Amino acid sequence: MPNDEITGRILAIIAEVQRRNPAEVTLDSTFEQLGIDSMDGVNIVFALENEFDINVPDDDVKKLGSVREVVEGVTRLVEMKAAS
Amino acid sequence: MRRAVVTGIGVLSALGLNREQYFEGLTAGRSGIAPITAPGCTGLRFPNGAEVKGFRAEDHFAPKEADFLDRFAQFAVVTAREALRQSRIQWTDELRENAAIITGSCVGGQTAEDQGFHDVYKLGRPRVHPMTIPKTMANAGASAISQEFGITGPAYTISTACSSSAHAIGLAFHMVRSGAVDLAITGGSEAPFSFGILKAWEAMRVVSPTVCRPFSRDRDGMILGEGAAMLVIESLDRAHARGAKPLAEIAGFGMSSDAHHITQPSADGAAKAMRAALRDVRIDAGIVPEQIGYVNAHGTGTTVNDVTETAALKLAFGDHAAKLAVSSTKSMHGHTLGAAGAIEAAATIHALGSGALPPTIGFNEPDPDCDLDYIPNTARGSRIEYAMSNSFAFGGLNAVLVFRRVSEPRA
Repeated sequence: MPNDEITGRILAIIAEVQRRNPAEVTLDSTFEQLGIDSMDGVNIVFALENEFDINVPDDDVKKLGSVREVVEGVTRLVEMKAAS
Repeated sequence: MRRAVVTGIGVLSALGLNREQYFEGLTAGRSGIAPITAPGCTGLRFPNGAEVKGFRAEDHFAPKEADFLDRFAQFAVVTAREALRQSRIQWTDELRENAAIITGSCVGGQTAEDQGFHDVYKLGRPRVHPMTIPKTMANAGASAISQEFGITGPAYTISTACSSSAHAIGLAFHMVRSGAVDLAITGGSEAPFSFGILKAWEAMRVVSPTVCRPFSRDRDGMILGEGAAMLVIESLDRAHARGAKPLAEIAGFGMSSDAHHITQPSADGAAKAMRAALRDVRIDAGIVPEQIGYVNAHGTGTTVNDVTETAALKLAFGDHAAKLAVSSTKSMHGHTLGAAGAIEAAATIHALGSGALPPTIGFNEPDPDCDLDYIPNTARGSRIEYAMSNSFAFGGLNAVLVFRRVSEPRA
């Protein structure tokens, strides 16, 4: 799966869970800009786990603070899954 | 105005099958946390829980009785029996009519409900067990206590998540103090170890993959627990008249709501409930924060709760916060959700009566954001007069109880 496609799907899911206009959600958005608190973060990761059929460890979720970090983390997990 | 005292306590917890085992475990600093053994509860991201080990329904109920009661309701009945035995209540028809039963439970009969859903959704069966509804309802424990003892006064159940049984005890206290009832059986019970609800907790990402280490810098979440505690509350005059020995006085109860967030706690909201509890003390025309010597903290062991509760204690107690002895007994008996307020009220009463303040176990290193005295790892001898028990629920609903040591009998 090309990374651009993964990135696009992640941004769309973040926008959907946060009830934001997709145009507002970019790789450079911070959680603060998008009003994402810790519970929102858990909801977003849940949606991403379902979308990509991956499991994100609890410790990693606690460290997330920006859209870019989410994209990098999820992309890594998707690639690991494809390679296994 | 009446004064209200506790004359009986019953406890089922991960530390044992009765009050004495619970108190001994608390003072010894023993952990009740172990790998989860409930059927079907495997493959979770958290392997450990604080289950009531060795509880067998057949030791307490005839088979037909047990069929009608979910585990959480069985816990309620067994602890009510223990509390009433200790209080040596002599029932009359008049007393039965003037006694209240007020219980707390967060999730009610989850085991029964989960089984029913499993049958229809997973196994595709066309029907579920006909007792699923009455076993699941959160008031099943209160109703079973009423039936067993023939108590015909007010009975109801409060469900305010992790504050449920603290709210229950507080309202029972107010009913006894006001004279609305002569006696109350009050507390809470919870039995959340079924796969469906454990998966829901897993999804929230707040449960520790290890153990519960409240206020310790390396804490990594809460540990779910099950259990129950029931108290018998009556007026001080009534207890004296019948020669009963009060275990502690319930001195005050305060409530507040954060009006903030569905899961994030608020220091301001928690502090409001603590202040309200201090204001509610009517003995000696109210007490000041400096009179509280011990706080049994909500202390879940999550990063956010423990920092927020520390801040709330400073808001409510000011400079005295640094002198308070604070501990979270959840480090030993886990977070028993709707039963937590009652199980921790029992711990607080025992601390006052025995002079042994229970520790926070698993405390490995101080956290700069949690800089109070948390009684790390070992119980501490201390004779105090007033103690507080904190309960703060998801949804921002706070309930705080204040207890007072009973004076030594006059010679």
